[in-house]
Amino acid sequence: MTEKFKIAIIGAGPAGLSAAAHAAELGISHILLEAAQQPANTIHKYQKGKLVMAEPAVLPLRSPMAFAAGTRENILTLWHEDIQRHKVNLRLGAQVDGIKGERGHFQVTLSSGQSINAEFVVLAIGLQGNIHKLGIPGGDLPTVQYHLDDPEEFKDETIVVVGGGDAGVENALALAQQNRVILINREEEFSRCKEGNFNLLQAAIKAGRIEPRVSSRIDYIDSETGNGFLLRVVAKTSEGVEIIPCHHVIARLGASPPRKLLESFGVKFPNSDITSVPELSEQYESNVPGLYIIGTLGGCPLIKQALNHGYEVVEYILGNPVEPADEPLLKQKISCFDASCSVREGLTFIRHNAPILAGLTALQLRELLLESNILTPKPDDLIFKYDDYTSSFFSILEGELAVVVKAKDGSEIYFQIKAGNFFGEMGLISGRRRSATIKAITDCVLIETPRRSMLKLINSVESVRQKLDEVSMKRVVRNCLTNTLPESELNYLLQGATIRRYKAGDVLFHQGDKADGLYLIRRGSVIISQITAGKEDVLSYVITGNYFGEMALISDKPRSKTARAASATEVVLLKAPVVIASLERNTDLRDLLAARYRENAHDTKMIEPQDKPGNLFTFLIRQGVGEATDVLLIDYSLCIRCNNCETACANTHQGIPLFNREAGPTHSHIHLPTSCRHCEHPYCMLDCPPNVIHRSVNGEVFIADGCISCGNCKNNCPYDAIQMVAVNPKFKKPGLWQALTGGAYQSEKNSIAGDDSPKKAIKCDLCKDNAMGPACVRSCPTGAAIRISPEALSLTMRDSSAVLE
Amino acid sequence: MQRNTLLEYRNYRYFKIASLLTISAVLAYLFDQPAMGAYGGSWLGYLFGILSALIVVVLTLYGVRKRLPSIRTERRNSLNASSPQQDVPDRRKRQASWLRHHGATLQGWLSAHTYMGIALIVLATLHTGFQFGWNVHTLAYALMMVVIISGCYGIYAYLRMPRLMTANMGGINTFNALLLEIDDLDKQASVKSLQFSDDICAVVRKARQETLIGGNFFRQLTACQRNCPTAKAVQQLRLLGKSLKYDQLKSFDDLFLIMAHKETLVRRARLDVMYRARLEFWLYLHAPLSIAFLTALIAHIVAIFFYW
Ligand SMILES: Cc1cc2nc3c(=O)[nH]c(=O)nc-3n(C[C@H](O)[C@H](O)[C@H](O)COP(=O)(O)OP(=O)(O)OC[C@H]3O[C@@H](n4cnc5c(N)ncnc54)[C@H](O)[C@@H]3O)c2cc1C
Ligand code: HEM
Ligand code: HEM
Ligand code: SF4
Ligand code: SF4
Repeated sequence: MTEKFKIAIIGAGPAGLSAAAHAAELGISHILLEAAQQPANTIHKYQKGKLVMAEPAVLPLRSPMAFAAGTRENILTLWHEDIQRHKVNLRLGAQVDGIKGERGHFQVTLSSGQSINAEFVVLAIGLQGNIHKLGIPGGDLPTVQYHLDDPEEFKDETIVVVGGGDAGVENALALAQQNRVILINREEEFSRCKEGNFNLLQAAIKAGRIEPRVSSRIDYIDSETGNGFLLRVVAKTSEGVEIIPCHHVIARLGASPPRKLLESFGVKFPNSDITSVPELSEQYESNVPGLYIIGTLGGCPLIKQALNHGYEVVEYILGNPVEPADEPLLKQKISCFDASCSVREGLTFIRHNAPILAGLTALQLRELLLESNILTPKPDDLIFKYDDYTSSFFSILEGELAVVVKAKDGSEIYFQIKAGNFFGEMGLISGRRRSATIKAITDCVLIETPRRSMLKLINSVESVRQKLDEVSMKRVVRNCLTNTLPESELNYLLQGATIRRYKAGDVLFHQGDKADGLYLIRRGSVIISQITAGKEDVLSYVITGNYFGEMALISDKPRSKTARAASATEVVLLKAPVVIASLERNTDLRDLLAARYRENAHDTKMIEPQDKPGNLFTFLIRQGVGEATDVLLIDYSLCIRCNNCETACANTHQGIPLFNREAGPTHSHIHLPTSCRHCEHPYCMLDCPPNVIHRSVNGEVFIADGCISCGNCKNNCPYDAIQMVAVNPKFKKPGLWQALTGGAYQSEKNSIAGDDSPKKAIKCDLCKDNAMGPACVRSCPTGAAIRISPEALSLTMRDSSAVLE
Repeated sequence: MQRNTLLEYRNYRYFKIASLLTISAVLAYLFDQPAMGAYGGSWLGYLFGILSALIVVVLTLYGVRKRLPSIRTERRNSLNASSPQQDVPDRRKRQASWLRHHGATLQGWLSAHTYMGIALIVLATLHTGFQFGWNVHTLAYALMMVVIISGCYGIYAYLRMPRLMTANMGGINTFNALLLEIDDLDKQASVKSLQFSDDICAVVRKARQETLIGGNFFRQLTACQRNCPTAKAVQQLRLLGKSLKYDQLKSFDDLFLIMAHKETLVRRARLDVMYRARLEFWLYLHAPLSIAFLTALIAHIVAIFFYW
């Protein structure tokens, strides 16, 4: 017989627990299904002793579950008590793999084959996904683990680690400090992990600290009691069957993101982008009536929000129109422009006056507004300046603004934009400095949306992306070609135009291809090269805000060069016939392109260092420098290896050097140390739950206060530029005496605090608070260290007499 | 891509200043005919003396600047806009950019240090009026010359070693990686050697256990170990190989190649240590002696006024 409940809640994370506890409080029949063997599995898997933060501080908590900032252990104990106290009907080890039916008649099936009927279903399974397990006999023995809390717990044991990704490799490296470690990888090489991990692993393998088994898989595991071992792993390796007696197996096989599962329940996603969130009503209801989605899965990344959702969703299911917990916050925002109207009226007003936001669901609009600022500039107030490094997005609700752009000849051109429009999308898309100055002409009301919220929106709501692209294409043409292009000509040029996206290394066109049109770059950068006598020479490096591909159009010949994306790149491609027709009519445009054509006709090669031929620029691009804005290079023909640069960095940053001078590749005499490159589109910003990684107006990417030490940024940065460290709060900058007597930089002693103090993510901030610029560069006695942008580098490489200061 | 060396810094700015200073000093010295002959007590002598002492102070301050990279920290706090709206006063921004372009880097300091230090040879010598004797004055002078000469060697090392070091590493990124590779070759060699006679094993074992990289001051500076066991092993293997049977030769060649490769890597590691030592050892003379010199200089000045 199948059981029947009013509400089935799936996933006992903060969101699910809160919903279940509230249902229990109200005496509603409910069941809380949790796949793991303990509730709050995500929190449980945090590192031991982690300080759990209760961000955002301004948001009130509304949940029967208690929550305040505290250690992981405290919070878990509190929640266990709450579960007991409210008599939550919790079922552990119940993994849901199917949901069928609709409002009133849902059938939820578990992986055990059991099924449960419910009138409503609340999905709160978070984003961690289902961890892949070893689907083999013995895969669920107690000494076979699928995560690792604390590598220090293991000592002098034999441990088999399974999985060649970052998680597996990192665990293996950590365990190898005190144990014999055997690392099993299904593939032939460890190509899936980050370069830093890969190098450490290679070193560990060479030193014999880790014994790898590649092209191998485990057949079965059985418990063995003889000679002190607990397990016996039977594996097929490239050399045959091997029997490995060991104490523990730790398998890190990754997780499947919950999206597939959700789609199998009938939940729709707006598009294929990984960051896209399912469309939900204001009451968290998905496109499947009666199926509600809350917590991180619904797009809110933090615990407190998840707890609030849990409370609210139960009220909504009961038909009580409770005010969401964030209502007062929204009210406050809306009162910035109209103190008298209600939140609902305010939202309608926004929808009406900002067409780009019209397609949002009520929930999306609320979230957007919570994360945004309302600005009310007075006439002549500056919104942002040309060359500022900001990336937020502005929608104009009321008023009129002036856009001041610099024409290619240096003169200034004015435009006006009015309510209903938006601006700031160029910086958002390109990840570069502002291409115009914006000033208010009349009293205005603007919504300023931070980069991350806007990106999430673009990826979740098709109509936003469409409207944005439509306007962006026009602005890109103006920006790349000429700002004086008349509207009619602009519309003509854009006939059949498309936006194309490329990954780093993709070829846009090959030498010898037929010319398909004119390329305008709105994001990323492109390398133009030419093969002569079998050798490829880099000719130029074209960045956002420029065009290329005009030569073949003008000369009506096949492409004479190859264009390749240097980083993730987006271009607007204008169709060849349209451009040619337009050139015939429009003499200004023709002159513009012809001037560039002549200039490029005697293109010079990039200068390569003489002592080792080979393409330095290509090397740097291959190392990802194309997506950097500011990269640390060291000229090894000058560097005396004194490490003064690192020491200076440590002395100005809590005693911890934020880069590693020695690590990193060298080509010819240019060395690329492991350090932050302040990427155009920083990976580290992608997934910071409290959103504390910012870019300052001058372009430095830095981590502000409020890090919750989740480690996402460290994992996301492909360049190993972030460390998780327990910073000693008592670190004092060395005084003169200390400095002179050599006691200045004592990283280990002075700055790394004890084990129990909380870790934080730290990274290079380019010494943004120091007027003289980065300490590393300033403190190099020989001037070997420089910080430079790729475009400046490409320019100096084309001019043999140029000297980098 | 070309970087300026510290000698070329800002188009030889400090070379020009120092040359101007020395040439005018020499001219002044030649034209000046003090009543009592040229010596430190004439007005020109005083001028040169004070000038030299000022330069010495600046040269010593280099050591302070080197260790305190951030005397000006927190100057730009208002630029520290964490929220995009925060408006940055233009003046601060301009100031910051001025400092970035004109504020001295340590390279600039060292460039000045070098040229002004060398100019001291002329200035101080003219100051003495070539009056030397066995006294504290000449002691100060002598110490100064030792400091300067050691400094000149330092500059030579700084300009020459880096290229040699890069070339020597031959694409291996770090010294540790080099050591790991040597260690790895050692392991391979011991395993391979087991199938051969005891004397071959012994040679290989000795090479593994007794090869030294670095070590005392002398070894570091010369990059050699007398009777280096690895080099010897390669030599001996050459001889020992001759008496082997035909079917062992293939395996033996492998062993030989491993040892030969190890020899090159050991050589590289020793050279790397040597370059680093040569970049550093002179500073152990230069820095303490500059303090000794400073003390002697103070004694000199005190003595002068005491005599008065
Ligand atoms: C390392 C780290 C540190 C963090 N630190 C903080 C912090 O300090 N402060 C903060 O506010 N936020 C923090 N977060 C974010 C926080 O963890 C999430 O906001 C929160 O866990 C989201 O709650 P949730 O209920 O939506 O999902 P989750 O907590 O992920 O809960 C989902 C639950 O569903 C279960 N489940 C999954 N699939 C199924 C299935 N098919 N059937 C049944 N059950 C299933 C899972 O086992 C899990 O228990 C951190 C995140 C990470 C990764
Ligand atoms: C780099 C710094 C200096 C050096 C290396 C130096 C060295 C010398 C030497 C070698 C002499 C000759 C001594 C002799 O006659 O036997 C001398 C003389 C003298 N110095 Fe200096 N000196 C320096 C700085 C100064 C300064 C700063 C002053 C004054 C404030 C000064 C004042 C004099 C005087 C007055 C004499 C003449 C003393 C005499 O002949 O009796 N010197 N110095
Ligand atoms: C009277 C003259 C001089 C004095 C008092 C002096 C003093 C000093 C001091 C105090 C240091 C700092 C040492 C440290 O902090 O480690 C130093 C470093 C140095 N000096 Fe001099 N110096 C003098 C002349 C010179 C000259 C003439 C040269 C070169 C031609 C020179 C080259 C150097 C170099 C290369 C360094 C090392 C820089 C570094 O590695 O940071 N010095 N000197
Ligand atoms: S930390 Fe990494 S991802 Fe972030 S800006 Fe620096 S290099 Fe880029
Ligand atoms: S400070 Fe300059 S010379 Fe010293 S290690 Fe760093 S880059 Fe090399």
